[in-house]
Amino acid sequence: MKKRLTILKHEGVQSTLAALFCILVGLFIGFLVLLAINPSGAVEAILTIIKNFFNYPSAAAAKKYLGNTLVKTAPLLMCALSINFCYKVGLFNIGTAGQYVVGAGASLYAALALKLSWPVCVLFAIVAGGVWGAIVGFLKAYANVNEVISGIMLNWIGLYLVNMLLSGVKEQSSPYTTAISSVNGSALLPSLGLDKLFSNNKYVTVAIPLSVIIAILVWVVMNMTKFGYELKATGFNKAAAKYAGMNEKRNTVLTLMIGGAFAGLGAAFLYLTGYEQWATTQSSVPAMGFNGIAATFLGGLNPIGTIFSSYFIQHITSGGSYLDKGVYPSQISDLISAIIIYLCGFVLFFKYVLNRSLAVKKGGVKK
Amino acid sequence: MTLLIQYTLIFASVLILVALGGCFAEHSGVINLGLEGVMVMGALGGALTMKAMAGAPAALIVLVVLLTAALSGLIYTILLGVACINFKADQTLVGTAMNILSTAAATVIVKAVNMAENPDNVSSTVQYMESKRAFIVRMGRFEFNWFMLVAFVALVISFILLYKTRFGLRLMACGENPQAADSVGINVYVMRWSGVLISGFLGGIGGIVYITAGVSEWKFETGVAGFGFLALAVMIFGQWKPINIGLAALLFGLFRALSNVYSGFDWLAALNIPGTIYNMMPYLISLLVLAFTSRNSRAPKAEGIPYDKGSR
Repeated sequence: MKKRLTILKHEGVQSTLAALFCILVGLFIGFLVLLAINPSGAVEAILTIIKNFFNYPSAAAAKKYLGNTLVKTAPLLMCALSINFCYKVGLFNIGTAGQYVVGAGASLYAALALKLSWPVCVLFAIVAGGVWGAIVGFLKAYANVNEVISGIMLNWIGLYLVNMLLSGVKEQSSPYTTAISSVNGSALLPSLGLDKLFSNNKYVTVAIPLSVIIAILVWVVMNMTKFGYELKATGFNKAAAKYAGMNEKRNTVLTLMIGGAFAGLGAAFLYLTGYEQWATTQSSVPAMGFNGIAATFLGGLNPIGTIFSSYFIQHITSGGSYLDKGVYPSQISDLISAIIIYLCGFVLFFKYVLNRSLAVKKGGVKK
Repeated sequence: MTLLIQYTLIFASVLILVALGGCFAEHSGVINLGLEGVMVMGALGGALTMKAMAGAPAALIVLVVLLTAALSGLIYTILLGVACINFKADQTLVGTAMNILSTAAATVIVKAVNMAENPDNVSSTVQYMESKRAFIVRMGRFEFNWFMLVAFVALVISFILLYKTRFGLRLMACGENPQAADSVGINVYVMRWSGVLISGFLGGIGGIVYITAGVSEWKFETGVAGFGFLALAVMIFGQWKPINIGLAALLFGLFRALSNVYSGFDWLAALNIPGTIYNMMPYLISLLVLAFTSRNSRAPKAEGIPYDKGSR
């Protein structure tokens, strides 16, 4: 009994428990919605979402589509890291979505119009995302503009700019940008043989291992370096950080710049695989940046936890696309992720209650 | 020119309603970043009612649609109230979750409704062409919309409510210094709940006004395109004061209207600026305005901080 209590006190255990709780409740509410739409197929439908690529009977096909889910997990993980990194410094980077958009625009423009090779295209995406993030940071640090509102404004400005920029390199008969493979194969990310592991899924590239490595690096920087400590201190108490000789304004700009660069890189990780083409008539900001919020909080604000939660969010999002479209809308998955984010708001309260009840129990033992 | 005035007024009405909503929530001490989502829910409730009521008497349509839109918004903000007032959750996180949730939920609901009617119709679009006429009164070339009056009335009532009544002054006290308010017997939780619910009520109406402003059908997958956040920018520019919010809304409404009607002006069309630039304009302007006005912001002092009776 006593041992179980000490396990419960561990931060990581608490976060995992809370995440599992949010997932279960989210899936349950999703199930209720499916029941309300059409009761007869609801059980099958929720299983379809949870199974995702396991819906394919052959192992080879399942592996191939596991690859596809991973291809989309890499950019999601980068967006989640962007939000996670900024949140640790006390900044809510909802502008991740826009930083992702300009990253996509810059990398595709470099690949299709300038015909550059992939490392340069990736660099373009990083710089574009970084600049977009730095604007938010600059406005926050020097003009006291709420980063959430400026972030949203920049999301839309970015979307319109990128649509305009990329309409010069789109296919003649469709609103989509031309396929990278047909114009400039050197811009595609190398796969280093990883595609062989997933039944020759050519979209599986270095992006996937790289995103995981970056997640681990973020954890190391935030927990083991002076730089990470300074950033966290700035987030915890601006005035104290300033008093201790840290440049809190510079830290704010720097944080959002790095966060933006992560999101931009995430876009390059998706669009430079050729998996998706940009539709220049898009009238809404891609959901990737917003799903990143779900992944961040579900991962207990821990970069390592975020790796798993990003995979989970992408897993159910991909699973949603296998639903019978004549009966259920595939946005059920978005609904489930949104409910999960909402529930994450209660997690701090959940931890607080848990810790307090643990403390009371401990006190009781002493008596 | 008439068209420009008409669109400016209708978009300003949206901004006034939603910004006033934000203003009530923030004066009570809660930041409602979920206004975007509240608008979507209000729009959803209103649009479905309009669709169902096609053919009913005009006055009845106006009343019922207003009421359902307002109630949809109000019910949706309960999510914010429970999480942020009773459970002290992070207001930014919960607001964001509400925005994402609203678009997903509205899309699912509309698709389910459409599919129930016709299995082949898997779009997320609601049409309300016929009922929309109930709101419009033609005055020569100018189309007066009842929503403009609603927004104006809301503005006047808000001003009186905030500055001339006991309720309003108490509400503002809870956003400035909740501990002090509590010490003189004001129930901070009740006040914050009132502020949040009023914001849902007004935001919900704002939502239906927005989607009926220029078009006769709405695709719910797009949500409301950041308009809830534009309204928050209007609120900040208006320094959390109803009259200033009204003026700020007119300015922002003008820029939003330009993107609808710029092609009707010879000299604007002659400049040959791509339409995308006009679409971008409201967001760009609000960013600039915020950059210059946020430094001396008169935001309620205790906004965004959950009230805890025990802390000092």
